[in-house]
Amino acid sequence: MKVRDVPQQPGMITDGRREICYAVDDDGNYVLTGSAGWEPKNIANDQAWEIIRNQVHETVRKVRAGKLSPLAFYMVSNQMTPALLARYVGLNRWRVQRHLKPVVFKKLKPEILHRYADVFDVSVERLGNIPEDIETMPSFTEIP
Amino acid sequence: MKIEFEHRQAAHCESGVTANLLHHYGIDISEAMAFGIGAGLFFGYLPFIRVNKLPLTTFRCEVGGIFKRLTKRFGFQVRWQKFRDPQKAMDALDRKIAEGVPVGCRTGGYWLPYFPPAFRFHFNMHNLVVVGRENDHYIISDPVFPDLERCHRKDLIKARFAKGVMAPRGTMYYLTRVPEKVSFADAVRNGIRVVCRRMLHTPGPLMGVKGIRYLAKQVKKWPDKLGQRKASLYVTQLIRMQEELGTGGGGFRFMYAAFLQEAAQRLQIPGLQDLSDNMTVVGDRWREFAVIGARNCKGRAGDNDSYAAMARILMECADREEEIYRELLPVIR
Repeated sequence: MKVRDVPQQPGMITDGRREICYAVDDDGNYVLTGSAGWEPKNIANDQAWEIIRNQVHETVRKVRAGKLSPLAFYMVSNQMTPALLARYVGLNRWRVQRHLKPVVFKKLKPEILHRYADVFDVSVERLGNIPEDIETMPSFTEIP
Repeated sequence: MKIEFEHRQAAHCESGVTANLLHHYGIDISEAMAFGIGAGLFFGYLPFIRVNKLPLTTFRCEVGGIFKRLTKRFGFQVRWQKFRDPQKAMDALDRKIAEGVPVGCRTGGYWLPYFPPAFRFHFNMHNLVVVGRENDHYIISDPVFPDLERCHRKDLIKARFAKGVMAPRGTMYYLTRVPEKVSFADAVRNGIRVVCRRMLHTPGPLMGVKGIRYLAKQVKKWPDKLGQRKASLYVTQLIRMQEELGTGGGGFRFMYAAFLQEAAQRLQIPGLQDLSDNMTVVGDRWREFAVIGARNCKGRAGDNDSYAAMARILMECADREEEIYRELLPVIR
């Protein structure tokens, strides 16, 4: 890749920073060049986020329908599975799985709720609800 | 407390951390050089390991391999520590920082607040150097970012104790003994030999140039086997592994070409520059693969031709790379 061909197509990097590309200058020497982004990468990254977004949408729908507890929303929007979340809170996977049921979640002790709230860095009160305006948020994958 | 540490931005976290740490102790070494001596270049298609339910493809060697090989070659002594207790892990870090020793940490990138949102995925192999502390914030030399970053203590704890696959478990490392003199000539030759051996002779069909050919054959079958939607997911996953995880472009092939060039100049080995040029061509072909793959995913369903085209490019990459590795061995003898 030549230095002048180093792509500058922003997408994933939104704050003006640059990542390093190795490219060849006019004298044939390798130099480290900043790149603002590259379209194929942006497309691939978008696709990965689209999957996550769809999962979050689906989960929000189920939480609102009373089929899943709010915990499911925080889990999925943090790109976690019950197995991974279980590792973070130090519980069995099947217990986390049970806490995704609204009835079980409502009866959880404060101590357990705190553990979840710490992982997601939210208050216990917030953990009991999902944000109202979730669809209109610019990017709720950043939440919390 | 802030250690005088020269932060140099790099393409990849592990080779960047390695080069910057050694540089701190007076070794004149670039990221590409560290990557080459550490024998970072590799290829493996490992469909039985799943990342987000998609097959894993790797363009680099095992995690930690670059740092370990390089420090061993040069005769550095390294202290590695793992922890069960986050509090103890942070205390140990604080002690070293207070002594003025920069400390490498393995972290989960998801929890580092200075990552742009689009990069926030759970991956637990991210290396960085902690170079200071100001009250509740740590000063971080993260080689893939242009400047020093700051990170709150509670975030750093989360990152050091990220869970899941390859959990870092608070791993930290620092250099304890620095050799007076290091020999690049032997280290470079050794690094090249390791890469050639692995790319040409790793047993089984999935790794080295054989792995690239195997992948090429698979790619061709993907649309029929998986359907358009899933096939396109497989391709974009591949593109992300190749380009996104700080490879410097072309799945580390450009970085390796830069290493071969630097080695040619530093050690005056004739023939090495030509092979560097060839490696650049291979890197360009890998980029071409990503371009076609992304275009394919952007829409135009039923475009099975592009899978055949991708497979052809991969086959070409395998052939060209094999030629390079076979020629490299006599050149460095």
